[in-house]
Amino acid sequence: MVNLITTLSQYLIILLIAIYTCYNFRFFAMTDEYSRRRVCRFQTVSMYLILILAGVVSYLWTESQTMLVFFGAQALFFTLYLVFYTLFYRNASRLLLNNTCMLLCTGFIMLSRLSFERAVRQFAIVCVAAFLTMIIPYIIDRTWQLSKIPWVYGGIGLLLLVIVCVMGNSSFGAQLSISIGGFAFQPSEFVKLSFVFFVATMFYRSVDFKNIVITTGAAAAHVLILVLSKDLGSALIFFITYLLMLFIATGSWLYLGAGMGCGTAAAVIAYSLFSHVRVRVEAWMDPWADIAGKGYQITQSLFAIGTGGWFGMGLYQGMPSKIPVVEKDFIFAAISEEMGGIYALCIILICLGCFMQFMLIATRMQALFYRLIAFGFGIVYVVQVFLTIGGVIKFIPSTGVTLPFVSYGGSSILSTFILFGVIQGLYILKRNEEEEENEKAQ
Amino acid sequence: MKKRSETDSRARSNRNILRLTYGIAGIFLLMAVYFGWFIQFRSENVIGSSYNARLDQFSDRIVRGSILSSDRTVLAETIRNSDGTETRHYPYDYLFVHSVGYSGKNGKTGLESLANFYLLSSHVNLLEKVVNELRGEKNLGDNVITTLNLNLQKTASDALASYRGAVIAMEPDTGKILAMVSQPNFNANLVDEKWEELISPDNTKAQLVNRATQGLYPPGSTFKILTVLEYMKENPQTWQDFTFDCTGTYQSGDYTIRCYHGEAHGSQNLIQAFANSCNGAFARIGLEIDPDRFHSLAEQFLFNSPLPCSLPYNQSSFTMDGTADDWEKLQTSIGQGKTQITPFHNLLIAAAIANGGTLMKPYMIDHVENAGGQTVKKFIPSAYGSLMQASDSQFLAEMMKQVVEIGTGSAFRGASYTVAGKTGSAEFETGKETHSWFIGYAPADDPQIVISVLAEEAGSGGQVAAPIARAVFDAYFSGQN
Repeated sequence: MVNLITTLSQYLIILLIAIYTCYNFRFFAMTDEYSRRRVCRFQTVSMYLILILAGVVSYLWTESQTMLVFFGAQALFFTLYLVFYTLFYRNASRLLLNNTCMLLCTGFIMLSRLSFERAVRQFAIVCVAAFLTMIIPYIIDRTWQLSKIPWVYGGIGLLLLVIVCVMGNSSFGAQLSISIGGFAFQPSEFVKLSFVFFVATMFYRSVDFKNIVITTGAAAAHVLILVLSKDLGSALIFFITYLLMLFIATGSWLYLGAGMGCGTAAAVIAYSLFSHVRVRVEAWMDPWADIAGKGYQITQSLFAIGTGGWFGMGLYQGMPSKIPVVEKDFIFAAISEEMGGIYALCIILICLGCFMQFMLIATRMQALFYRLIAFGFGIVYVVQVFLTIGGVIKFIPSTGVTLPFVSYGGSSILSTFILFGVIQGLYILKRNEEEEENEKAQ
Repeated sequence: MKKRSETDSRARSNRNILRLTYGIAGIFLLMAVYFGWFIQFRSENVIGSSYNARLDQFSDRIVRGSILSSDRTVLAETIRNSDGTETRHYPYDYLFVHSVGYSGKNGKTGLESLANFYLLSSHVNLLEKVVNELRGEKNLGDNVITTLNLNLQKTASDALASYRGAVIAMEPDTGKILAMVSQPNFNANLVDEKWEELISPDNTKAQLVNRATQGLYPPGSTFKILTVLEYMKENPQTWQDFTFDCTGTYQSGDYTIRCYHGEAHGSQNLIQAFANSCNGAFARIGLEIDPDRFHSLAEQFLFNSPLPCSLPYNQSSFTMDGTADDWEKLQTSIGQGKTQITPFHNLLIAAAIANGGTLMKPYMIDHVENAGGQTVKKFIPSAYGSLMQASDSQFLAEMMKQVVEIGTGSAFRGASYTVAGKTGSAEFETGKETHSWFIGYAPADDPQIVISVLAEEAGSGGQVAAPIARAVFDAYFSGQN
């Protein structure tokens, strides 16, 4: 009977996430506010249903009442979050809010199945981060000074990176985090954001050649320190973000081409210089040659995805724990194994949907500064998603970055909340402006 | 004016943002397609790996399916005992232990391992699944129908009798494995019981080794197939003028090469030397051919390289190169020396010759059915690649036909079908009987079955291995009529 309920909910969850994802893209085709709101309501309902079904299945397999309480707490959190956000900010993007909740919800379902303790920890961090970052749109609306202090962003970012590089804790051959009062804190997650602010403020000031040279130097410093810390995933994110922001600010194809040339050269050099880069590339090219060694993580990930197939094994029916660091970098494989390839595919599309909305917001912003911020954050987000998922499914070599809002990790959660908060702030800014103009016109 | 240029630059940067958005969305869609392709087409080949612990868990909800021969006789089945436990049963005890393999506490081998995923997948219809679920019963797993021919397998095993060794038969134009015997074998039903005994260091029989794919032997005179081809290719105009006067021994410097039992073959042209397997003539050829070119020919025939084999196997080795001294050249050209080959690899060489130079990928699973008998997955023949040009395979086919007509393959004379092949008597230790080899196929002009026979310490290839091959061919062709 438990099996039957599991199987049934599994198919229902897949149906619901498919509907959710469909609406995510239907939204863009709609023009009037009324139908847009209706679509978002359907999405919210789908999310709650998924949460309830997953909660029931989780309870049936663990027979723990704490699990029920945990899912109840999640439902409460999502409700409060959505209600307060829309109460404070009448013009907030509901689609973005929904996607935030949907990704968080997926993360909670998977984490509570992998490690209940970690899921609760994650939940606590999410609660704090969600309500703290609610203030961001307010700040964005009031503080124009944000565009005037490039070297504050650049200085703090570089300082943090240097600290990690010098005295960071090493994990999987890379220096990623520093410990503060028992919390492992991963500065590069936040420096990504300050970096985008830095570049945007610099280019907002001027895009003459001298300024570009200075900015490029500072950007290169960021990337180099990350390379020295052997955090190549982040280095790649910084590099691509800078290059594309430069392109958008100047509109120069020459810069884009030259940058890509340099990037390719740097990749070749990194390959011949660092053994851990070679190991990852080899593990990507033929993981089957060394299943028990270098290829272990990626082959376990592929076993998980392959065995799960399109419809998944069902929650608690697979063996996601066989994959090393499954709750962080490889959570996508666990989702695909137990919730199904279709669900995983929907996650890819939801992330892509978020990115497209970021870009849409970027094009609507009048000021170059805001445009660059929205664009830069969009690129940071999408590159990170691409690196994680691509690495997990062996589309590209694995680089060891997390899936925003889904993976376990406090720094990742907080920085993603800030990122979404800033975008949300820009969206609200724009909507408020438009409303004022409409009122004037009337 | 300033306003204008600002709007222009905004429009331009928006155009660029849109371009990049489309580009990135394109990359994401590519990734999504790759992901779907992996799940739909790649995953089945991947997840059968023994490193994938997930499959074992399937048996909690599925009754492992049966493995059947090509005529649908059960070779392995799961019996559900009255107390609810399950026993894997092998009706033919010893016969299929190296092909079908076994599944027990000590792991899985053979098809039990290769087809593990199919056996533990259930394609019974949805309604039945729901009913089973409600009743708390397991679903029936899919059945695997093999290419193995029960009659040929029996015949091969009987013909090999008490010899240690291996017999493998295959369809050269499809790659379907018809029989695979390795002896000594053991009772698949008693693997767990006798495990300690089987792996004990005092056990010299090595029953767990599948001699067909894992046993490495000197190829003996079967290797003359490669030697004669190399000679022909180096002397395309003059090979027909080759003559050699055989006195039973061949002297080169301090070295002496003897024909089998010191037999003097007299005056031999190349065809006769090959058919009679004259060691003296081939030793001389060995000194004439270029060792480096010979090395690359051997590698073209898959020595020192992976084989298209899904069972555990050993790679064959050919080490001679330009640095070889005369003794190594003499030995290597007659299939002695350091060269090592498995019976399976020798089968592939004969199969490629039979199939005009193209090697088909060998396979043992014909199709997979659900418990109701509906086909779920069908395997179709595919080419592995070309081992030699068609003209080379024709040359070798003609040579191998002569072996049966005028040479050491006399065991097949009087058969109702024609045969092409090569015998071999491989020395491996002074004072012991030679290993007896035969590789070949029938009918010679329209090959339908190719075989590789190795009997350890059994004597000459013509007297032991060839008659075993004949027994299998006889059974195959009488079964067809």
